[in-house]
Amino acid sequence: MSVKKFIVGSFDDEKVLFPAVKKVRKAGYKLHDVYTPFPIHGLDTAMGLRDTSLHTAGFIYGITGTTTALTFMGWVFTKDWPLNIGGKPHFPLPAFIPITFELTVLFSAVGMVLTFCYLCQLAPFVKKHHFSLRATDDQFVMVLEVNKRTNEEDAKAFLAAAGAKDINVQEAEDGWWLGRYDKEDILVKG
Amino acid sequence: MAFREQFEIPAKYKMWSMILMGVGVLAVVVGYFLYGTGDEHDNSRFWGTLLFNSVFFLLVVNAAMFFICATTLAMGAFQMAFRRVSEAIAAAVVPLGIISCVVLLALVLGHKHHIYHWLSPEGDKILEGKSGFLNATFFIVWTILAIGGWIGLGYKMRAISKEIDDRDGLSVEEGKKYIWKNTVWAALFLVWFGLTVMSTVPWLWLMSLDAHWYSTMYSWYTFASTFVAGISLIALFVVYLKNQGYLELVNHEHLHDLGKFMFAFSIFWTYLWFSQYMLIWYANIPEEVVYFKHRVQGPYRGIFFLNLIVNFVAPLLIMMRRSSKRNYTLIVFMASLIICGHWLDFYQMVMASLSKEHVRLNLYDFGVAAGFVGLIMWSTGNALTKRSLLAKNHPFFKESIIHHA
Repeated sequence: MSVKKFIVGSFDDEKVLFPAVKKVRKAGYKLHDVYTPFPIHGLDTAMGLRDTSLHTAGFIYGITGTTTALTFMGWVFTKDWPLNIGGKPHFPLPAFIPITFELTVLFSAVGMVLTFCYLCQLAPFVKKHHFSLRATDDQFVMVLEVNKRTNEEDAKAFLAAAGAKDINVQEAEDGWWLGRYDKEDILVKG
Repeated sequence: MAFREQFEIPAKYKMWSMILMGVGVLAVVVGYFLYGTGDEHDNSRFWGTLLFNSVFFLLVVNAAMFFICATTLAMGAFQMAFRRVSEAIAAAVVPLGIISCVVLLALVLGHKHHIYHWLSPEGDKILEGKSGFLNATFFIVWTILAIGGWIGLGYKMRAISKEIDDRDGLSVEEGKKYIWKNTVWAALFLVWFGLTVMSTVPWLWLMSLDAHWYSTMYSWYTFASTFVAGISLIALFVVYLKNQGYLELVNHEHLHDLGKFMFAFSIFWTYLWFSQYMLIWYANIPEEVVYFKHRVQGPYRGIFFLNLIVNFVAPLLIMMRRSSKRNYTLIVFMASLIICGHWLDFYQMVMASLSKEHVRLNLYDFGVAAGFVGLIMWSTGNALTKRSLLAKNHPFFKESIIHHA
């Protein structure tokens, strides 16, 4: 984690944002992220983000749940403590299916939520820098990372030409740190 | 860009539908002389095959209209791009409904009590107790009402769809009115569908083959089976028309949603299959287990488990990935597999009740099935030529074109 320099451009219309995202990528600027008040269809493709792997993780958690349920119940009822329940076999597969199903769902759901939180760096007492609070209200905020090859003034002019209403430069931590929003920040001023 | 709105039946398509229908007719004639004139065993084999084939294919094409109505009520727009395909498939309810009606009435009026034991309940306490529902009069009336209702309400839905074709778009007010009209008639169809396919009709037509046995899951199970096969049939026709150069506005986004339906309802079918099976297996009460005895431990064991592999394991593993639902080849393969799988499911639902000792699946069954496939091809092809392939004046049409799965 390190403090980096960012150029932040706020747009007030998604119709302007889309071509701007394409122009910025074409011009070779490093797009840090785009923050929007609501999910926008097709923005991920426009930004060139790859498909998430969250579902692959979910599948792996799911089959882990399946095998856990089947092996544990199988071990209990055949090796550890065999019981005769209504004359059924010691490994009664149909009777195990509902529990296996539930464990599959439980493992994949909990695992995916935790993975999602990890990927988005969301957790209690974890803080991330907000580039513009109006990204939670009515503005679409595009953040460019400044690296060695970036000319700041050019980039600002480029964003302005692309239709950004409000442009500023921020030095910010790009990772997370421990802290609480309500104690340290006044979120809405005035 | 000009769209090819008018479907012309390719000569090859026409030829194949005729050949398949010919095979079907031949199979019925040969089957009649082989089995139809024989003893009760042969006779129930002859009629059983006609029964399960006609009912299966009727419910499959009727599921296309259910799909239209359910998506209409849900304000779903994605289906508008291929709406005319589902409509054309639903038009096949007319010939298939008439055939099924003839078969079912022949069974009851011909007093085939070796197929429907409840036709002569005298001296049988259980059947006498059920005779308020399972009797010839109610069967005949309800069968005619059910099929007539599907044909009538389905015709109305298709007519509503066609009536705005010749206009130059609708105003906002007209559009709202039009959507409301669609909603009302779709709701009526769904209510009738709920009272028939989702409850009484499978009890009467299929479950009453085992008149002493009952399962509250049965109708849902039958519905799930035919619905997933119906969606697969829509997907097959959509891909066929695209390959012929029609339906330019349908793309892999729409196919993805059809694939999701096929995937999800395969799982739904399995859920009902399992719910029916497990409770009966667990309780192990003789009067309930009698249904599964010859299916799981008797001669139908292979078909019983093949059914589960084809209709559950294969869709689950093959269609789980996003990319496989957007792949035309794989969707065609899975749709064909699912239709065959649920045909086999219907085979064991009906024939395992009629011929408990032997599995007598042979060319007769496949021939009759081929006849129905040909009839669906012929009827759907004709219906497709009757109207534009684009429902271009429907208020949701644009939303369907830019659809994003």
